[in-house]
Amino acid sequence: MKKTLIAAALATVFAGSALAQSGPVKFAFIGELSGAGAVSSTNFRDGALMAIDEINAKGGILGRKIELKQYDTQTNPGTARSQMQKAIDEEPYVILGPIFSGIVKVSMMLAQQAEIPQIMGGEASDLTQQGNAYLFRTSFGQQVSMPKIANYMRDSVKAKNVAIVWVNNDFGKGGRDNFTKEMNARGIKIVADLSTESGQTDFAADVVKAKAANAEAIFVYLNEEESARFLREARKQGIAVPLIGETTLLGQKVIDLAGDAANGARGHVGLSADIPVPAVAEFKNKFNARFKYVPDHNGIKGYTGVYAAAYATTKLGKFDSKALAKSLHGMTISPKDEPGILLETTWDDKGDIDRISYIAEVVDGKQKITSELPKLGK
Amino acid sequence: MADFIQLLVAGLATGGIYALVAIGFTLLWQTSQTINFAQGEFVMLPAFFMLGAMSVLGLPFWGAVVVGILVAALVLGVLFKRLVVDPMLHHGVLPLAIATMALSLFLKEAVKDFYSAEAQPFPPLAADVNVSFLGAAVSLQSLIVVAIAIGAVVALQLFLNNTQTGRRMQATAQNPTVARILGIPVERMILLAFVINAVLAALASALVTPIYLAKFSNGEYLGIAAFIAAIVGGFNQVRGAILGGLLLGVVDNFAAAYLSAQYRAAIPLVLLIVVILFRPQGLLGRVEERTV
Repeated sequence: MKKTLIAAALATVFAGSALAQSGPVKFAFIGELSGAGAVSSTNFRDGALMAIDEINAKGGILGRKIELKQYDTQTNPGTARSQMQKAIDEEPYVILGPIFSGIVKVSMMLAQQAEIPQIMGGEASDLTQQGNAYLFRTSFGQQVSMPKIANYMRDSVKAKNVAIVWVNNDFGKGGRDNFTKEMNARGIKIVADLSTESGQTDFAADVVKAKAANAEAIFVYLNEEESARFLREARKQGIAVPLIGETTLLGQKVIDLAGDAANGARGHVGLSADIPVPAVAEFKNKFNARFKYVPDHNGIKGYTGVYAAAYATTKLGKFDSKALAKSLHGMTISPKDEPGILLETTWDDKGDIDRISYIAEVVDGKQKITSELPKLGK
Repeated sequence: MADFIQLLVAGLATGGIYALVAIGFTLLWQTSQTINFAQGEFVMLPAFFMLGAMSVLGLPFWGAVVVGILVAALVLGVLFKRLVVDPMLHHGVLPLAIATMALSLFLKEAVKDFYSAEAQPFPPLAADVNVSFLGAAVSLQSLIVVAIAIGAVVALQLFLNNTQTGRRMQATAQNPTVARILGIPVERMILLAFVINAVLAALASALVTPIYLAKFSNGEYLGIAAFIAAIVGGFNQVRGAILGGLLLGVVDNFAAAYLSAQYRAAIPLVLLIVVILFRPQGLLGRVEERTV
């Protein structure tokens, strides 16, 4: 009788384990679906949705369909923590997002404690410097992108002095600090250092101050909507010096919002739907056909993030969150092996990313790639 | 000096928009003791009416502005008065104020659901041209905003002071009981005040949205700024609201440029506290006494 009971208990345990490895696999998306981060996060979410549907149409990962549950942080740090906890309580296999660095920063610890890989969109340099083995980028950190933009300022723009306009949140502060460091290293003087607020609507005073600084170029490091408002105000007040940005400034959503005022903006693009790569062009067309808008770099981040998790899981041959995080460190995924990754991508031991990038300019309301920069590791 | 002039013009443009919205506060207060906490959303919403007129009806920008103003007059003027104010007014000022707070939330969430939480592009008022003014390159768009705001305010003042209907409205504001005895259709005058408020808000919407972009949350700061402007200038005087709005716009721009961009949002509140401490009726307001 005793043996029968033990056998029954063991059978129940193994049956439970088998059940956990069948049925849909849970992915959680935690993003800024409302508030100041809505543009970025909606792009990221839609890219992820598209990748999930494609993978599911092909039979899923290791025969299991992906089920995506969405959580809105409202671009609010307090809400982000509670939403992250709510998501973790559902025991997802992978967490996608958040996108804003400050929101990632306040919530990443929870995913780390739960030992769930978090594939996010934040770009602040310090996110991956805190020894979190479960955090993975989908785009360059600022420690990678700012040296590239600094070289561009020195070699192509040939600016001897610049003004910087940045948004006073984690993303902006990290960018401003890295940019300042790189400018100092190249002997380029910062003649105006203008802090603005997240969600700011009126940039008249900031543009007057930037104009008064008589800089040879203005580096604009704001989130999407603020970038568009700044570009409009700069055009309105007749700023003639180059407006230089890093990925966000040249994103399609910013171009759409700013209209003609975006023309002439240029800079470094870590990722874009307009890069001259056929797979990216195909992604852009499919995305546009489905969601009726042109994706920006965040759409690609969400899309490739899902494919990275799917590819690494297939390689592992099992669903094990902890093992997935371990395997992603040092992994290189090539489009030859997984077309959904779009561009060859490598993650280092910190979860930082390496891949090719581009220099671009906005011409006639479109982002035009002017040159390609190789992977740092090559 | 050039910077000063540019900031002054930009401040007057912003202040002109605040003034249009603040006038609405004073009009509604004077005619029906309504404090409309959805006033900011009354500025946010017409931009979406205008976008709808452009995309659905295919109208050019200024045609869409006219349609937006007309729809606003109907929805935010007549319907607001009939469906929200009339049923609540006899319960007192506080329930009505709470009802307008609820309306504010409803309008924001409705726009978010209908149009999405993202900002939408909105056409600029004019081409990006600068004109030289006292040695400074001043944006033509800012000058147009100032001109339209001043034009609207002057037109309103002429209407209130020089037409029979305007004088009837003033009489209604001063003493509705006596106005009724004198045969003035008080209810119609109050309704007209609501329509004028909606028209001014829609006009402010057309002026401010090219700067802010069309977004459901646009009214949050605008509503507060206009409320502060109305109190600073004098809640019971239209000319007080004009002064308060212009002052707030200029102070806001100069504070952002010369004091601190981070604390710019706090400066209007400091101004408000100073006015409440030293001139509680507002800069141009008159003291109202009540018997208990």
